[in-house]
Amino acid sequence: MSEKRHILSIQVDNEPGVLSRIVGLFSGRGYNIDSLNVAATNEPNISRITMVTTADTAIMEQIKKQLHKLINVVTVHDLTESDYVQRELALIKIHVKADNRGELINIVDIFRYKIVDVGPEHVTIEATATEEKLKAFIELVTPMGIKEIVRTGSIALYRGN
Amino acid sequence: MSAKELTGTKILMKVLKEEGVDTIFGYPGGAVIDIYDELARTEFKHILARHEQGAVHAADGFARASGRTGVCFATSGPGATNTVTGIATAYMDSIPMVIITGQVPTQLIGNDAFQEVDIVGITRPCTKHNYLVKDIESLERILREAFFLARSGRPGPVLVDIPKNIQVMKTKVNGPQDINMRTYKPTYKPNVKQLSRVAGLIKKAKRPLIFSGGGVVLSGASEALVQLARSTNTCVTSTLMGLGAFPGTDPLWLGMPGMHGTFRANMAISQCDLMLAIGVRFDDRVTGRTDDFAPNATIVQIDIDPTSIHKNIEVEVPIVGDCKIALEKLNDLLEKEPEPENAPDRSEWNHQVEAWKKTTPLAYDQKETIKPQYVIDTFFKMTKGEAIVTTEVGQNQMWAAQYYHFNRPHQFITSGGLGTMGFGLPAAIGAQMACPDKLVVDVAGDGSIQMNIQEMATAVEHNLPIKIIILNNRYLGMVRQWQDLFYDKCYSATTLDHNPDFVKLADAYGAKGLRATRPEEVEAVLKEGLETPGAVIMEFVVDREENVYPMVPAGKAITDMLLV
Repeated sequence: MSEKRHILSIQVDNEPGVLSRIVGLFSGRGYNIDSLNVAATNEPNISRITMVTTADTAIMEQIKKQLHKLINVVTVHDLTESDYVQRELALIKIHVKADNRGELINIVDIFRYKIVDVGPEHVTIEATATEEKLKAFIELVTPMGIKEIVRTGSIALYRGN
Repeated sequence: MSAKELTGTKILMKVLKEEGVDTIFGYPGGAVIDIYDELARTEFKHILARHEQGAVHAADGFARASGRTGVCFATSGPGATNTVTGIATAYMDSIPMVIITGQVPTQLIGNDAFQEVDIVGITRPCTKHNYLVKDIESLERILREAFFLARSGRPGPVLVDIPKNIQVMKTKVNGPQDINMRTYKPTYKPNVKQLSRVAGLIKKAKRPLIFSGGGVVLSGASEALVQLARSTNTCVTSTLMGLGAFPGTDPLWLGMPGMHGTFRANMAISQCDLMLAIGVRFDDRVTGRTDDFAPNATIVQIDIDPTSIHKNIEVEVPIVGDCKIALEKLNDLLEKEPEPENAPDRSEWNHQVEAWKKTTPLAYDQKETIKPQYVIDTFFKMTKGEAIVTTEVGQNQMWAAQYYHFNRPHQFITSGGLGTMGFGLPAAIGAQMACPDKLVVDVAGDGSIQMNIQEMATAVEHNLPIKIIILNNRYLGMVRQWQDLFYDKCYSATTLDHNPDFVKLADAYGAKGLRATRPEEVEAVLKEGLETPGAVIMEFVVDREENVYPMVPAGKAITDMLLV
């Protein structure tokens, strides 16, 4: 069976140790975690975990069932089964000098990203994008020299209601 | 302060009593000294083990023999870590248990305090759920949830870690109430449409087979299983964990399948056209190579845990629900289901199964040295199959499963999933506490009995008349068997030439010790041992290199059996 990328949206009790139960489940059973994002929701006692994982259909079914089995898990949705919006935020610090700063600013404009910090030898860019678009941008600026990069991992929600 | 406020330790005792607990297994220490102080003023029977692992296995044995929730106390740090093997054992076999551990005071947590360990972190993957109690207000709720979780749905062990300072804080209690956890709603009632489909499949099957497991024992579905098998004239095989749920002396009984299963059970699995898998999880020791497991069958699986379905084996008809409810409903549906016009002729299948029984039964050849199978066989006949049997793990366990025929659930108590050596003796203590009027016998090897031999003191202290059969081959027999068959007889680290004198050891503990070295002594030793009051060790010096057969080498198809 072929492996596919899945975005899981998991609502959990906002309690210490819950993330550890989820991550422990994945490491203990040998499932992949490609990216992981956790934060509180508008309900103070609920947190949302957005996780990207790669698995075949049978493993994916097990992942969902095993997650449901954890006492602190409220809901589990595989967003990739339906229509969803997905974004990722990245901060990218790029090595620039006077001679290529202009070129970088042009690229940032084309992508409609933002420059949030500038120094004599660097520019830091805030990029909010889909995973694919972010990948394209990173490839484009890599030759200039990326000093540091930080990414939130994917976050996503179902489209519509 | 209101008069109705209780300390943490009093709340603990109150909840235990209200949950129906009467027996507690444990071992005191600094972080549970307040709990033990309170315990001294209660009516609970407390069994002081000699090692926390003994305490937790005893609580497990108590749960398996009684069908109730086992309870164990241990202190923080090493006390807590010593319970881990026992917790994992119960987790793998879905045994309801509540483990109460003491923890260092909340202000010291995280400071590497004396006897501090993150037991909640350590036991996360081997408990159904666990809790660190952070404030006195949540203690009562957590304790009640712990018991609810342990015994509901697919049962399992739940650990509650209570810091020392919280044990002495006071708060008001609410008393027993219905537990409602929004994230935990086990499915008990099966889908009736799916069950009617199964009723139709059974009527049309030419070569049906029931394959039952521990879930039948845990849900109390034994009677419904027997009715299903008899009303449909379907033969039954069951996993190690399911032994006893279907009578081992019934004509429809095929024996256990899998790695050391009977020839007929494995052949029936490979040739059946309909498999009713009830309360099983298709462990690798049962399935062998999964591609060759029941290749001709439509598989129906009934289990309360959705993760057990489609995990190792793809099934055509998955049914999530309680085994007892599902089987009772299925029996109703079968009564109503009309006989199909061309009801299939099953005589060929029935003849085939009978033929397999006759051509390749379990067998051994008793000659000049004592055969371990002969000991179990004689023990079975002498006790008329009535004993509660616990086992250690290895060859002793397999021979007990093959040669003692169990006729009722909760009668065979063994570490199936985790395969924990040292389980049998403390489990026998727990089982004897649960069933004071029954004969409880631990079938052991000379290797595994030494893993928790200290519990002899516990048995003698409480006048528990448990009997221990040691099949002594001066080897770690099952590993030696693998070395014999698959590692060119390189017996690396499996020889036990420095065993204690088990008869003297029994004597030293204040128990009775007996030994048989020749076949003609077996009956007399068993008779004397079983009739002697109090704890008895019976040592049988058996054929050193006897192997357990049939055997399916790991990773092979279950029809690839090595026979005697």
